[in-house]
Amino acid sequence: MLEINNLTKKFGAVEVLKGITFSLNKGEIVAVIGSSGSGKSTLLRCINFLEKADSGEIIVDGEIIYKTGDVIGNDAEMREKRLHFGLVFQAFNLFPQLSILKNITLALDVADKARCKKKQISKVELSIASEKNKQQGMKILEEVGLTEKIDAYPFQLSGGQQQRVAIARALALSPDILCFDEPTSALDPELTGEVLRVIKGLKSPDNTMIIVTHEMEFAKNVADKIIFMSEGIIEEIGTPKEIFENPQSEKTKNFLKQYFNKH
Amino acid sequence: MEQFFDVTIILLQGFWTNILIFALTLLISIPLGLVVTFGSMSKFKPLAYLSKILVWIVRGTPLMLQIFIIYYIPGFLGIPASSQLTSVIIAFAVNYAFYFSEIYRGGIEGVPKGQYEAGMVLGMTKPQIFKNIILLQVAKKIVPSMSNEVITLVKDTSLASVIGLTEIIKSSTQLMSSPGILYPLFYSGIFFLVFNGIVTLGLNKIEKKFSYYN
Ligand SMILES: Nc1ncnc2c1ncn2[C@@H]1O[C@H](COP(=O)(O)OP(=O)(O)O)[C@@H](O)[C@H]1O
Ligand SMILES: [Mg+2]
Repeated sequence: MLEINNLTKKFGAVEVLKGITFSLNKGEIVAVIGSSGSGKSTLLRCINFLEKADSGEIIVDGEIIYKTGDVIGNDAEMREKRLHFGLVFQAFNLFPQLSILKNITLALDVADKARCKKKQISKVELSIASEKNKQQGMKILEEVGLTEKIDAYPFQLSGGQQQRVAIARALALSPDILCFDEPTSALDPELTGEVLRVIKGLKSPDNTMIIVTHEMEFAKNVADKIIFMSEGIIEEIGTPKEIFENPQSEKTKNFLKQYFNKH
Repeated sequence: MEQFFDVTIILLQGFWTNILIFALTLLISIPLGLVVTFGSMSKFKPLAYLSKILVWIVRGTPLMLQIFIIYYIPGFLGIPASSQLTSVIIAFAVNYAFYFSEIYRGGIEGVPKGQYEAGMVLGMTKPQIFKNIILLQVAKKIVPSMSNEVITLVKDTSLASVIGLTEIIKSSTQLMSSPGILYPLFYSGIFFLVFNGIVTLGLNKIEKKFSYYN
């Protein structure tokens, strides 16, 4: 379903991604681990077009979404490409002035309004669509266990609840592949559990996910594949069992040793 | 007592000019400032530089000088001069637009990058993000500094007298020479205090409107 081929990215003279290649089947979860600065966020940002990769390929369901030299197309094309992916940020990035429900439905509503403005749908269809978005938003909020918070504002929620809203917001656009960039790193330790449970609950034959995380237990239990990144390359890739119980690379061994000494 | 009544009418007439300048200046400069902001934040470098130079000039020179220039220069160049009121409003609107543009810019730059990125990964276009996500956050951030400028504007309107426009201060100085009474000077101060009091109440209301979230 997803193929990443030889993706590279430089910031100035610094090569942050030095040719990343991996693939994912539908319904698979890959956890990306590695020390800080190894390029994990940059990888997710390139996949989500927040950064433009310098070279390589991104292929979703056989369709080339990005290849070397691509220029960013018009808004409609960009949107199309982007919406293959969703991204949950470390810092949640909820919209503070909007209610929880509106946080989730905004992007859908805005897209529908734009369609109405272009006369692709009528005013009546717009109001039906907006009602549908609302229903869908409420359904997704139920999935992440926040039904009673639909009218609250982000500042009234705990960090864990905010991150669950952010997950719901990403899900609302039905991405083919949902990416998480250290979804629990900004949370107090006692709040990580609820977020990890929600992510775990998303595991299904339909949901394909890339999760950058420092929660090794979680990665071990939930992921189908583990990628260990180091200095812009995939140092090692394998099943959780292979990576955690029988790592091949010295770097992987050191990284895991340090991690498990600390925890 | 009769004199007091007459004085009140004269000062009210003068103050009407101040209110007119105040209202028209805000009406024009608030949107115009946004245009300048987009200019100064433009990726097209010459436009960004031009905007920055204009900001520097307009903010770096006295408003009084700007009023003189706009009122007198066209005549010297053989262009039909604008009326006093029009000249004053042009000068004020441009001057305040440039001040506002810097406040807007600060407000826009103060919105975390994550807000734009969240909008982008949700498939929104840049203009959609600005309109639906950024604008209100900027508005909330800039209300306090905008309020300061608005209060200053109320007082600045008296500068209109430098090209002979009869606003309230000019009216009261005229009353000082004939019939030779002093109290209109203090009385005109009261007009400003009362008006600024009302404006402050309005601004507080706006600030409250934004306080529903943090
Ligand atoms: N926008 C940027 N400009 C310059 N350097 C960057 C930028 N983003 C990340 N980097 C650098 O790229 C490297 C990898 O960063 P990142 O992808 O955030 O790593 P990780 O998420 O694994 O901690 C770091 O050295 C970081 O300083
Ligand atoms: Mg990171």
